[in-house]
Formats: sequence, structure tokens, C-alpha cells
Amino acid sequence: MSRQSAGTWWFGGTLALSLLFMLVPLPDVLEPCKPYWPALVLLYWTLEAEGRVTLGLAFTLGLLADLLVGVVLGEQALRLCALVFIATHFRARLRLFPMWQLTFAVLALLLNDRLLLLIVRMLSGGSLPPVSWWLSPLVGAALWPFVFLLLDDLRVRARVQ
Amino acid sequence: MARTRDESSPLFAGNSAGTLRLIVYLALALVLMVLDQRDGWLWRIRYGAAVAVEPVYRLAGMPSAGVRMLTTAFADRQYLTRQNQRLREDLLLANAKLNRMAAVAEQNARLKELLDTSDSLGLKVQLAHVIGVDMGAFRYRLTLSLGARDGVEAGQPVIDARGVLGQVSEVLPTTSMVMLITDPTHALPVVIERTGLRTIAYGSRDGSTLTLPDIPLAADVRGGDRLLTSGIGGRFPSGFPVGTIRTVRPAANGTFLEAHADPAADIDRTDDVLLLHDLADPQGPPAPVQPAGPPAGLAPASDGGAAAAEPGTARHPAPAPAPGARR
Repeated sequence: MSRQSAGTWWFGGTLALSLLFMLVPLPDVLEPCKPYWPALVLLYWTLEAEGRVTLGLAFTLGLLADLLVGVVLGEQALRLCALVFIATHFRARLRLFPMWQLTFAVLALLLNDRLLLLIVRMLSGGSLPPVSWWLSPLVGAALWPFVFLLLDDLRVRARVQ
Repeated sequence: MARTRDESSPLFAGNSAGTLRLIVYLALALVLMVLDQRDGWLWRIRYGAAVAVEPVYRLAGMPSAGVRMLTTAFADRQYLTRQNQRLREDLLLANAKLNRMAAVAEQNARLKELLDTSDSLGLKVQLAHVIGVDMGAFRYRLTLSLGARDGVEAGQPVIDARGVLGQVSEVLPTTSMVMLITDPTHALPVVIERTGLRTIAYGSRDGSTLTLPDIPLAADVRGGDRLLTSGIGGRFPSGFPVGTIRTVRPAANGTFLEAHADPAADIDRTDDVLLLHDLADPQGPPAPVQPAGPPAGLAPASDGGAAAAEPGTARHPAPAPAPGARR
């Protein structure tokens, strides 16, 4: 068991956990506040480990999520691809941001993600979601510093790359 | 250490290879979505991948199951006593109603024997547990713990103790999805219990009420009217409670009345549901009610028998839930 393979396991494990978290139900009141976990975890890895998160990986993870949620195959694949592309494109600059600026950047990314989702839903004949539907990116961005620090801390403790 | 890596990635990157890859992936995703939307083969893939998908559902359902178990374990005695009391009362009431029904059911069975029809009032049901999995989207679906291996089929009606909940929309080997009646894309043929008016109840966008958008302006409908399944369409058997009308007002286009109704079933709080196995009369809509004519005895024997049988089957289940609402 080299350090490298441990790192790969840790990387895969966080992604798998993010999918699981996406499926865990919350009480009705909190439901609209649930952040889009796969996006947050993918963002973390995009910023922290260069070259690990590729568009292909984002696409595959999105397809897996679609398979689990079963709405439309390809919907989350599209969203995650767009998200990862933007994040890798601005990666060098995002890494220089202080945490509060980074949080706002994440908020913008998540809002953009919701917008994409809305467009896909509208095109497939869905109805307009209620206002509370827009809470999720806000909560996701608010949780971002904690997710980031937690994942970073765990990674340092486990001494994996 | 990180710096050396950063230098290799251009700060204001505009590399066209990455953009090209993005376009390819986005196009691929779009093609998948369009194909899936048109043919719906996502479910065939899911059925194949069920070995991997279903354990994930069970795993994701564990927290909510755990919370439920904890609440049961730590529920205080007073709460349990109160609940017990309430359940006893419910049981007593239900038993009283059942006793009243028993005579009618027996009579009905005898009459049906005479008429040589096979369907009965008895229900063939299967109890299923709800797995707490958030299927994202707008929450109009439930996941059940029974699947194709337990004999579940797409289209089966799902009810709980209070009324119609929805219908099975997709089936995996050991789990299945239920489309709730409050789904905006769901339509359910209903009949208003008090007046017998037939109409259609659609789901609504907020996911917790039913909308009846096309009631004729002259129709007699008011708040508090109960809705029952009408059995038209052949998917839901007739006579199950669907909901209670809350408000009635003219629709925006002015040509119809639009009513909003609260579903009778506990859409948000059900843990156990019943899957109905005997589907409604497969021959389609029941015959229209015969207008008042000469008594059946005077009519030719074959005609009179058929006419008397049809309204009987359609109307029969209604008396059970009626007494509370009829005033």
C-alpha cells in the first residue's frame, strides 16, 4: 500500500460519499437547503489536486449520479462538466483568493449550476420550481469553507496526496 | 512546492484543447438527455445496474431509518400511551364500520354470484415499506422496498390508510418508484362524492395539493367536498378517497371553475404503504348510469340484469367512508 494508492482511495471515497450524501433525505423543512454535495467535493479536488479531476471524471461521476437519481441520464453529467471546466479554467486565480472571496466564487459557480439545471428542466417540459429551490446554492456556499477546511485537514492528517 | 505546479498551468489559460473536450462532453450529455427523454432507456440501464444501485439506496435510507428507530426507542411513555389510545379508538371505529359493511359485503357477494361476476370487494394488497431516499428533483416520488421479484408491476395503485397515494412508475428487481398523485404530470380521474360529478385531479407545482382545473362553471362544487377515484381509465379501482376540496374559484380563463384539494393520503408522513394487486375493471370506463326507467322486473331479463350490475359495482365502496362527510 503506497501513499499514492491510499490517496486514490481517499479521493474515490470522498466522491462516493458525496453521492451518498446527495441521496440521504432531510426533514421537509431543511429539504430545499440541501447543498449539491458532488459539486462541492469536485470543486475541492479541482482546486487542491491539479490534474486529478478531469472533464471525463466529472462526466462519469455525473452519469453515476444520474443513474442513482434517475431523472434524466446526462443531466448531472452536463452540470458537473460545466462546473469543473470553469473551475479548472480559473484554477490558478481561484487558488490565490482568500477564503471569503473563494466562497463568493463558489456561490457563483453553484448558482450557475442551478441555472443550467433550470434550463434543462424547462427544455424537458418541467414547471418553474418554488423560490426555496434557490436556497441550495446559498447553503452550499455557506458550507464551503467548512467543507474545504475539513477535507484539507483530513487529508493532511492522513498524510495522503 | 505547489508553486512549481502552478507555473505549468497558464494563469490566463485559453487552451483550445480543453474547450474542445468540454464541447464534446456537453454534446454527449445533450445527446444522452435527448435520447433518454425520447425513449426512456435510462430505466433499462438502471434495471441492469440494479445490483449496484439498490444497495446504495438501502445505505442512503439508513440514516432516516435510524432516526425513526431512535424516536421509537426514546419515545416517552406518555406519548406512547396517547398513541395507543388513539389507535384503539381508530380500531374500534374501523371495526364498527367493518361490522356494518360485513352484511353489505355478504349481500353484495350473493348478488354478484347471482349475476355471475367474479370481482369482489375484497382487496388483494401487499404491504411495502418506504425507503427514505431523496430522489432530488421536486420530491414527487417515493422509493418502496418491494420490486419486480415481489411481483410489483408498473402502474399498480399505491394507497395508505387514508387514501390514494400514487402509482408505481418504475420497477427495479427489489425496489420500485412511486409517482405521487401530487406530481404535476400526474392526472387521476375522480368523482365528487356528494354530487357524482366526474372530473380529473392533477398534481400541482408545490407538490402538496391537487388541482382540478376543468370543472364546469355551473357545477355544484364547494369546499369540503370529498373526492373519490372514479375508476375511469381502468388504472385505479373506484371508490378510494383521494382528497378534500379546499377552495373553488373561477379559473383564470373564465370558462371553468378551478378547485384545489388536499390529498387524503399522508403524502409526507407515510412509512408503510399498500400496493393494490387487483387492478380496476380492465374493460375501461364503467357503463353510464341508466336513467330512471321502468323497474328491472319489467325490463327484458338480460338487459335489466346488466344495467343493475354496473351502477352497483361503481357505487358500492362509497358508503364506507361516507358517514363522516355527509351532512
